[in-house]
Amino acid sequence: MIPPLIVRRARELGLKILGVTDHHCVENVRAVQEVAEHHGITVLPGMEVQTREEVHIVCLFDDLEQALGWQEMIWSHLPALPNREEFFGAQYVVDSTGDYIRTNERLLQTSTDLSFEEVLALVAERGGLAIPAHVDRSRCSLFANLGMIPLGVKLDGVEISRNISPGEALQKFPALKGLGLVQSGDAHRLEEMTNCTRLRVEHLTVAELGWALRGENGRSVEVIGQR
Amino acid sequence: MTVKEILEVLSLKVLAGANLLDKQVTGGYASDMLSLVMAGAKAGNIWLTMQGHPNVAAVASLLNLAAVVVTESSPVDPLTLQRAEENGLPVLTTPLDTFSTAARMAALGIRGTRD
Repeated sequence: MIPPLIVRRARELGLKILGVTDHHCVENVRAVQEVAEHHGITVLPGMEVQTREEVHIVCLFDDLEQALGWQEMIWSHLPALPNREEFFGAQYVVDSTGDYIRTNERLLQTSTDLSFEEVLALVAERGGLAIPAHVDRSRCSLFANLGMIPLGVKLDGVEISRNISPGEALQKFPALKGLGLVQSGDAHRLEEMTNCTRLRVEHLTVAELGWALRGENGRSVEVIGQR
Repeated sequence: MTVKEILEVLSLKVLAGANLLDKQVTGGYASDMLSLVMAGAKAGNIWLTMQGHPNVAAVASLLNLAAVVVTESSPVDPLTLQRAEENGLPVLTTPLDTFSTAARMAALGIRGTRD
């Protein structure tokens, strides 16, 4: 998953927008942006956050500055422990060609001490977009770990995994009715990248994505199946 | 065996539902994944979890559980306790981990739901 190959795959799939959302880290976003820029593909900086209930939330921002500030805050909510490469793999920071720059030694494959609601509120405060990830998954998901959408929580939309269709998801989780759905692959490998989510927006910004999820201002989102 | 009898032997602390400790306990269930609890726990069970999220009170009430024990002195959201009081659910806490708590309850004769 080095930047040139990610962008090459994105072009093969006809993607116009990518979210780079590593687990608790934004250090490789810029490298992907540098390659994607040449091909007119927008890369939204972001991060997949793991709440203290072990729920994954995709957090997206408009610019790298916001994302870096977010990273600093998130790191202060992670335990100050070193990574264990033999279990979690090495955490490399690379340049736009994929060449090694350095290793991130911090333990990232763990939970923050922030609750589901706290992460949603913090993202909103910073003008970002929070999308509960792969909500149909049997682990690390809103429905598996919390059983249901918490009372009083207003979601714009959720992500469903590659293993379920929107129809199946609505049947299995009726609470999803009326919420925007995206299916983005949660790609940890090139072959997991997908092109099934069609956005109708005027600009590729977080605000527009929010409108699309909520079906506001003529913006919309639809999961259309792989092409 | 009632919730009160269990909490006295195990020295559990009561955070909510202090007036409802006479409930009979039908068995025990331990899980931190609420979807599994919804599928597996039975009415009258005592539920052990390190989760203090407000949905814990919602799920426990839904299933008519006898009580929830939050283990390892995990943080319990004030909203969880509020919901618990509103729904007549005892919420207890212990500094012990889930396994140790379950082991002690088993020693008192509390059996697992599927055992």
